Amino acid sequence: MNIETVDEIIDKYRCEASYLIQIMLDIQSENHWLPNEALIRVSEKLEVPVARIQHIATFYKAFSLVPKGRHRVHICMGTACHVRGARRILDIVQDLTGIKPGETDLEMKYSLETVNCLGCCALGPVMEVDGKVHGKVIPGKAGDVLNKYE
Amino acid sequence: MSAITLEIDGNKVQVTDGMTVLEAADNAGIFIPTLCHHDKLEPFGGCRLCIVEVEERGWTKMVVSCVYLAAEGLVVRTRSDKVDRIRKTILELLLAHAPDAEVLKELAQEYGADKDRFEKDPSFCIHCGLCVRYCAEVKQKFAVGFVDRGIRKEISFIPEIAARECNACKECFPLCPTSYLQAAFVLTESLAFPAQQKKSE
Ligand code: SF4
Ligand code: FES
Repeated sequence: MNIETVDEIIDKYRCEASYLIQIMLDIQSENHWLPNEALIRVSEKLEVPVARIQHIATFYKAFSLVPKGRHRVHICMGTACHVRGARRILDIVQDLTGIKPGETDLEMKYSLETVNCLGCCALGPVMEVDGKVHGKVIPGKAGDVLNKYE
Repeated sequence: MSAITLEIDGNKVQVTDGMTVLEAADNAGIFIPTLCHHDKLEPFGGCRLCIVEVEERGWTKMVVSCVYLAAEGLVVRTRSDKVDRIRKTILELLLAHAPDAEVLKELAQEYGADKDRFEKDPSFCIHCGLCVRYCAEVKQKFAVGFVDRGIRKEISFIPEIAARECNACKECFPLCPTSYLQAAFVLTESLAFPAQQKKSE
């Protein structure tokens, strides 16, 4: 992410420290993660300590301090999916991708995340890839779902 | 500022409006144990050890004395069965994280806390925030901060700032009740700016 884009976002909020979280959210949605240089820039311009920004960035799940892969895999761990075997889906996806929730694989292909209810419990167990919902996933088919994405 | 009178452990105590119960007790020479309180820092209310029982208009409740303001006619009990029981549990929970911290061991003896009551989870930091707040409020360097939340919350040095500021300061070191801070600093130093470490030796 180039520094001009970061500056533009900061300027959009007139460099005001009270917009810190909004600025971070904008950087997050623009870039899919928060690089250190961007955070340092925000810290300098808003005159907010890096320690504070780091606390916020690690506090909210909406922020990521590591790069995101091309495909975002979300596995629902909500109650309904849980009783329908979400855990096994998660285990299989972890085995296939080699990453744990919150991580991105080295090829930058997948980022894995667990969520606590996607709101379509009747379809459980549910996994979502790049915003597309795959319902009633049986453990043997989780790999097929992943393979649809390049 | 107007003066107010309250009662602490049966003693009439006069303080100025705006003081906390902890400060009022301190003024009267009555000791309340604390872990996260520091005179130079804003009240934090993190450790809850300073909990006391207060009675106001016939109601009794438990309050955290370092953040609870003294009020006219307030009746405070700094020790009672309930207070002691709560402090004991708080200490037992903290001891699961830092079983060998001297401060905690001494308090454990006083309150009969069993360091083995809860399963050990030696994270060592008890989240008193003294280091973080001292660096921010007194030194205004923000070299150390908290990251993450809940059970994963921990302190983290900002290497760029720590490399510049910490070796010449280290004022927060003696504040840490568990010595975890020193360990975290040495770790940061050896990972992020080891060359400097050699030079200063
Ligand atoms: S490292 Fe020590 S001083 Fe800092 S928050 Fe943890 S226990 Fe408190
Ligand atoms: S001293 Fe009051 S909560 Fe820690």
